[in-house]
Amino acid sequence: MYLRSDERGPAMNNRLALRLALFGGVALALLGVLFFRLWFLQILKGDEYLAEARNNRTREFRVTAPRGEILDRTGKVLVDNRTSLALQLNAEKLPEDPRERRAELAQLGELTHGSLRQVRKLIHKELKLSPGAPVTLRRDVGHYLVYYLEENQDRFPGVEVQRVFVRNYPRGTLAAHILGNVGEVSEEELKEPRYKRLKPGDEIGQDGVEYTYDHHLRGRPGLTKIQVDALGQPTKNGQLLSQPPIPGNNLKLSIDAGVQEAGEAAMASFGLRGGFITMDVHSGEILALGSYPTFDPSVFTRPLTQAQVDELYRDPILAPLTDRAIAGLYPTGSTFKPITAIAALESGNLTPSEVIYDPGQLVVGGQVFTNAGEAANGSVSLVSALEVSSDVFFYTLGLRMWDSGDLQHWAHALGIGRPTGIDLPGGAEGLLPSQRWRNQLYKEGETERPWSAGDNVQLATGQGDLQTNPLQMAVAYAAIANGGTIVTPHLGKEVDDAAGRVLEEFDPGPRRHVRMDPQYREAILEGLHDAAQNGGGTSFDVFGGFPIPVAGKTGTAQRPPYEDQSWYGVLAPYPHPRIVTFVTMEEGGFGAEAAAPAAKTILEAYFANQLSRGTGSEEGEG
Amino acid sequence: MYATRTRRARPEPFALRPGIAERLGLPYMDAQLGLAALGLAAFGVFTLGQATQHDVPGSPNYFLDRQAIYAVLGLIGMYVLARIDYSRFRELRVGIYTFLCVSVSLVFVFGFAARGSRRSFDLPFFSFQPSELGKLLLVLALAGFVIDGARRGSPWQRTVRYLCLGFAPAALVFMQPDLGTSLVYGAITLAVMYVGGVRWTHFAVIGAGLVAIVAVVLVIAPAVGTPILKGYQEERLTSFLNPSADPSDAGYQQNQAKIAIGSGEKTGRGDRATQTRLDFVPERHTDFIFAVIGERYGFAGAALVLSLYALLIWRALRIVTLSKNSYGTLVAGGIAAMLLFQVFVNVGMNLGIMPITGIPLPLLSYGGSSVLATFLAVGVLQSIHMQARLSQRSRFAW
Repeated sequence: MYLRSDERGPAMNNRLALRLALFGGVALALLGVLFFRLWFLQILKGDEYLAEARNNRTREFRVTAPRGEILDRTGKVLVDNRTSLALQLNAEKLPEDPRERRAELAQLGELTHGSLRQVRKLIHKELKLSPGAPVTLRRDVGHYLVYYLEENQDRFPGVEVQRVFVRNYPRGTLAAHILGNVGEVSEEELKEPRYKRLKPGDEIGQDGVEYTYDHHLRGRPGLTKIQVDALGQPTKNGQLLSQPPIPGNNLKLSIDAGVQEAGEAAMASFGLRGGFITMDVHSGEILALGSYPTFDPSVFTRPLTQAQVDELYRDPILAPLTDRAIAGLYPTGSTFKPITAIAALESGNLTPSEVIYDPGQLVVGGQVFTNAGEAANGSVSLVSALEVSSDVFFYTLGLRMWDSGDLQHWAHALGIGRPTGIDLPGGAEGLLPSQRWRNQLYKEGETERPWSAGDNVQLATGQGDLQTNPLQMAVAYAAIANGGTIVTPHLGKEVDDAAGRVLEEFDPGPRRHVRMDPQYREAILEGLHDAAQNGGGTSFDVFGGFPIPVAGKTGTAQRPPYEDQSWYGVLAPYPHPRIVTFVTMEEGGFGAEAAAPAAKTILEAYFANQLSRGTGSEEGEG
Repeated sequence: MYATRTRRARPEPFALRPGIAERLGLPYMDAQLGLAALGLAAFGVFTLGQATQHDVPGSPNYFLDRQAIYAVLGLIGMYVLARIDYSRFRELRVGIYTFLCVSVSLVFVFGFAARGSRRSFDLPFFSFQPSELGKLLLVLALAGFVIDGARRGSPWQRTVRYLCLGFAPAALVFMQPDLGTSLVYGAITLAVMYVGGVRWTHFAVIGAGLVAIVAVVLVIAPAVGTPILKGYQEERLTSFLNPSADPSDAGYQQNQAKIAIGSGEKTGRGDRATQTRLDFVPERHTDFIFAVIGERYGFAGAALVLSLYALLIWRALRIVTLSKNSYGTLVAGGIAAMLLFQVFVNVGMNLGIMPITGIPLPLLSYGGSSVLATFLAVGVLQSIHMQARLSQRSRFAW
C-alpha cells in the first residue's frame, strides 16, 4: 500500500483498495500522457512550431524595384521604364461560397481577356510557388478597367491594383535585337544559381543585353514585413521590417544610336532579310548591330495575341526574332578572299608580288570553276585580284592549299566558325569546312564523297559549305586591319548608378593575337581600297565618290535554292582603319547592289557623327 | 498486521491551547490540496490578466477583475463547505438531485442563448451556468443513492438504477446542447459506481454498450439520415484525427493551439506570443487557456500547471482513502474523477490528442460558474478530510 497505515480510514477494505490503486494508476497514466505530449510539442518539436507560429503572423509585401535604363554610348535612352497598373488577386480574400467565388473568377477572366479556367490555372500555379502571395492576373491594365474595379470594389473582394514598372522603348524598334526583353522568371529559371535570390513573379531579362547584364539592371525589390492577426489584418505597430526598393543600375552600351538608326533604315529601305554590324577594330566595341526584319520589343510588355505569336514565332522565313548579324549561317562569297589571301601569304603559298594568269576559269579534277560573269582578268597580282575580285586567282590559292589545312588554320585563327565571345545570347558558331570534318562525315556515311580540292577551291572564295555571319567576318576583318588582334566584340560599355557615376567599365580585352606580317596586311588593305575606290574596283560605283578613303570588299554568295546573297565588308578610314562594317542581305544579288550601298549609309552616319562631334569639341575648347 | 493497527498519537500543537487557527479548523484541512487549488486559480487569474489586456476595449482588466472576484468567492465557498459535515448531503440527496434536474431544465425556459445553445441564466452580475454546479451536485446525490441503495435490489437492478440516475441530468445537459458537460456527468456517474463497488462484469457490459452508442451516434445514425449530434459537434469530435488548413473549421483551431503550445518551447514567448495574442487560437480565455500558458510561459509554466493538477488529484485520491465513511469515499472518488476527466480532456484537446468538446479547464478557464463549482468541490474534499481528522482526534487525542 502506498498509504501510510495510520491515515487509512475505516471505510477501506481490500477490494476498495484495489479499485483505488487502479484509479490512481489510471490517473498517473493519463497525466503521464499529458506530460509526455507537452514535452514532445515544446521541447522536441518546439523549433518547428515556433517557425510555424512566426510564419503564421507575418505577411510580406514586395515592392518591385525599377530596372536600370539602357543607354547608348552618348547617353541617349534606349530603354527606360514607365509605371503601369497590374491587376492582383489576394486569393485568401475571395468569397468562401464556391458559387460566388466561381462567379467572381469568371468575371475577372472576362475582364482580363481570359477564361475562368485560365484564371484558376494561374492562381493554382502561383499559389503553389508562393502560398499566400497575391497573384498577378494581368499587367498593364487600362485605366478604364481600374476605375471600373474600384467603383465596384465590393463585387470583387480580393482584387487589388498594384503599380508596377514596365519596360518602355522611346525609340520604338531601334536596336530591338540587342536590347531583348524582360519577362517573369519561370519555375525552372528560379533553380538556376544566377536567379538565386529571386521570387516567383520577379522579372528578368529574357534576351539580348537585358539577359546578359540582368544582374546589373535588376534592382532589389523592397520588402515590408508586417505582423497580422488571424484574419490577416495588420496589427498596431506591427511593422517588422521595411526595406525600400533599390533601383537597378543603368547600362551604357557601346551602340551609337545614330549609326544604329542609319543601319536599320538602310536595311529597311531594301526590305531584304539580313544583318549588319559596325565595330571598332581595336577595342571590339560594337557601334551598331541589327537584323531585318525586326520587331517591336514593347509587344512583350503585355500578353501576346495569337496574331503576334504567329508573326514572331511561327514564320520560319522571316523569323523576325532571329538576329541575323550574330546567328545567321551563310556562305560569304568574295568577302572571304582577304582571309584566303592572308592564309596563302603567311603559309608561303603566295608572295604579294606574284602574278597569276586568270583566263576566266580553272579546271580542278575535271570540274570547271569560272569567274563571276565569266570575265577573264588576264595576269593579276594580289592587289589587282582583290580590286577586280578575280575568282580564278583565289581558286588557285585554294587549290595550292587544298590538303595542307593552311586556309582552315588561318580562317580558324581569325575566328571563322567559332564562338566570338560577344555579350549577347543566341550567337551561332557557324561552320568552317575542313578536310577532317568532311572525311569524318564521309566515314559516317553522311556525305557521298570525301574532301577534295574542289571543296577548298570553293572555300577560298567563300562558297560551298562555309557557314558564318557578319559578326565573325567583322572580327576577322578587324584582325587584318589592326595587325592581328582578335577582339572580343561587345556591346556593354559601362554600368552607371542612377546619379550617373560609373560603377563598372567593361573591357573584355582581346581573345588572342595572331602574328601577321605588316607587309601582307598592307597589300591586302591596298587591294581592298582599290576595290572600293579605284576605277576598276568592284564597289567603285558605290564608294568611288565617298569623301573618306575606305577599303571594302563585295561578296555575292550562291545559296541555292535562294537568289544570290549580297555581302559587303568595309574598313574605314584607309589606311589606318578605326571601324569595320559588315552587311549582308539574303537574296540581295551582287554585293555592290544591296549590301555596299547599305554599308555606305552606315559609314556616312558614322563619319557625319565623328565630324560634327569633332568640330563641336573644338568649338568648346575655343 | 499488528504493526499496521498500532497508532501513535501525533503531537497536536493546537490541542492544548486552541488558537485562532484551531478555531478556524485550519489544522484539520488538507493544506496541500488547498494550496494546489489556490495556486491554480492564482495562475489562471495572472494568465488571464496578461493575455486578455486588449480583448475588451477600454477595460484592460475586464477578465482579470471578474476572474479574481470569482476566485475569492470560490475560496469563501470552499471554506464554508469545508466547515460543514458533508455527511448531511447524503440525507439531502433527493433534494439535491431534484434541484440539479430542475436547474439544468430551467435554462430551456429562462436560459440565455449563446452561440446556439442555452446553458446559463443571465443574472445581474454574471451569467450562471447551472450545469457546472450540477457536476458537484451529481456527485453528492449519486453517492448518497449508491450508499442508500446498497442493500436494495439485485446487483443488476442497482447498476441500472445508478445509470438511469446519472443519465437523466446528463441527457438534459446534452440537449442544451452541451456535449462536454454531459460527458463529465457520464464520467462522474461511472466513477461513483466504480468506487461504489459495481461489479467488473457490469462495467464490461456498460463498456460494450458505450462502444455501440458511439458507433450509432457517429456512424449509423448519420448513415440512415437521423443524425444525433449537431454537425459542428461531430466535426469537433473527429477533426483532431485529421487537422485541416481551413481556418473556419475545428481542426484548424486545434492545429493553431498545438502550434501555440509548441512555439512556447522551454521558457515561453511572454509578450512576444503571437498565436494566442493575435487571435489565431480561438476561445483563448476559456477552453484554450492552456495554449496561452503553453505559449507564454513555455514548458516551465505548462508543466507547473500540470504538476499542480497532479497534486490536486493525488490529494483528492488520498482523501478517498482517508474518509471516515463510505459516503465520503464515494464523494471524494467522484470529485477526483471529475477533476481528472476535465483536466485530461481539456489539456488533451489543447495538445491535439483529444477532440474539441468544450470542457473548461478547472480553476483556470475564465468563467464564474466553473471556478465556483470547482472550489466548492474542493471544499467538499476539505470537509471529508476535516471530518476524518476530527474523528481521529476524537478517538486518540482527547
